Amino acid sequence: MIPRSFEYFSPRTLDEAIGLLQKLGPDAKLLSGGQSLIPMMKLRMVSPQHIVDINRIPGLDYITESDGQLKIGALAREHQLETSDVIATKLPILADTAKFIADPLVRSQATVCGNLAHGDPANDHPATMLALGAKVVATGPNGQREIAVADFFPGLFTTALEPEEILTEIRVPLPPANSGGAYLKLERKVGDFATAGVAAQITLDDAGNCKQAGIGLTNVGMTPIKAIKTEAFLGGKTLDEATINQAAEIAASESEPMDDIRGSADYKRDLVRVLTARALTRALARAKGGA
Amino acid sequence: MDKVAIKVNVNGTERAAEVEPRMLLVHFLRETLRLTGTHIGCDTSHCGACTVVMDGRAIKSCTAFAVQADGRSVMTVEGLEQDGKLHPLQDGFYQEHGLQCGYCTPGMLMTGIAFLGENSNPTDDEIRHAISGNLCRCTGYVNIVKAYQYAAQKMRDGGA
Repeated sequence: MIPRSFEYFSPRTLDEAIGLLQKLGPDAKLLSGGQSLIPMMKLRMVSPQHIVDINRIPGLDYITESDGQLKIGALAREHQLETSDVIATKLPILADTAKFIADPLVRSQATVCGNLAHGDPANDHPATMLALGAKVVATGPNGQREIAVADFFPGLFTTALEPEEILTEIRVPLPPANSGGAYLKLERKVGDFATAGVAAQITLDDAGNCKQAGIGLTNVGMTPIKAIKTEAFLGGKTLDEATINQAAEIAASESEPMDDIRGSADYKRDLVRVLTARALTRALARAKGGA
Repeated sequence: MDKVAIKVNVNGTERAAEVEPRMLLVHFLRETLRLTGTHIGCDTSHCGACTVVMDGRAIKSCTAFAVQADGRSVMTVEGLEQDGKLHPLQDGFYQEHGLQCGYCTPGMLMTGIAFLGENSNPTDDEIRHAISGNLCRCTGYVNIVKAYQYAAQKMRDGGA
């Protein structure tokens, strides 16, 4: 399968890339990992006239800790999440999520920022970033602005990015002590999109009760879903089995799945219930120091 | 659309060509350079038959443009044998019967090159995880896992 013709640009700086987006207009598309874009171009679902390849802009492939945040640069690959020490110790939910995305070969190219910027509710990082309360940095002609991931997905395959902006960084608040998270997903085979996926991140208070909870849902709606009622329900609660099961019921009610080849809406809703209970259970174990 | 001049180091040799930006890396390797060891299987990023190593990372060459390889190093299955001597991983596939029809083998080998470079003493589970993007419809994977272990052992012993 061969994509339609396009003109290729390979800027060496972010300013140059933004200048190209301004000049070329809405028919230009950014190429980072390309693991969603190139298949769509080959299927001719999209046919951009101009491709702006940002892979040669130096200094964007970082995963660093600073200012109490984990910062993930535009060209950090999914594979880096699987091998990062800081993620293994402080944010294992991000490694959980990466391991479910496509397969190792795709993950050696695919970028974490691209997983958000693509705007696909079937992608996995949006739910995790919602659970973590992450923000993204959009860089455009007027400089940088921060956007909460909770405000980043206004609709199907749309994001809060302006056409001339580039998602240059994800900022994840580093969890305080006694925190844990987990991402679980049912997929029919390696590399499939989620039948449903659930991200859960919790912080316990000194008494061992839930101080804060973040819950995100994958591929059970037109956009990634932040399960705000479930989060509110969990606040202050002791996370015993009954409470976790109740929270799971609420999360299921917050999902908005549709029938498709991966299952019926009812099946997926029940899957959200099951996965929420399991994700909370694992998050709790990790918050208490387990793996 | 205008062609773009690219220079790619392929298996240690600098190769220059003018390509359409839309040309996929796998087509550049197979059709422009006539290196047909890299196979096209599904052409949809699923099967891994087209796997090559670019700048140390195993990638699917059906899901990258040739222009993206400009200025970079690409290793294909043709680059494994040195001075008539099989790479330990090739030897492993031979010794352990890691192939039947052989269609997936170049991809399996190139995935292994990058993987064993990062993990010289893998468990069977880690190998199975590493090859989860490479489909084989003949072997049931058992002998492929053994072939990786054979190579890992040989490389640890200084065989390459």
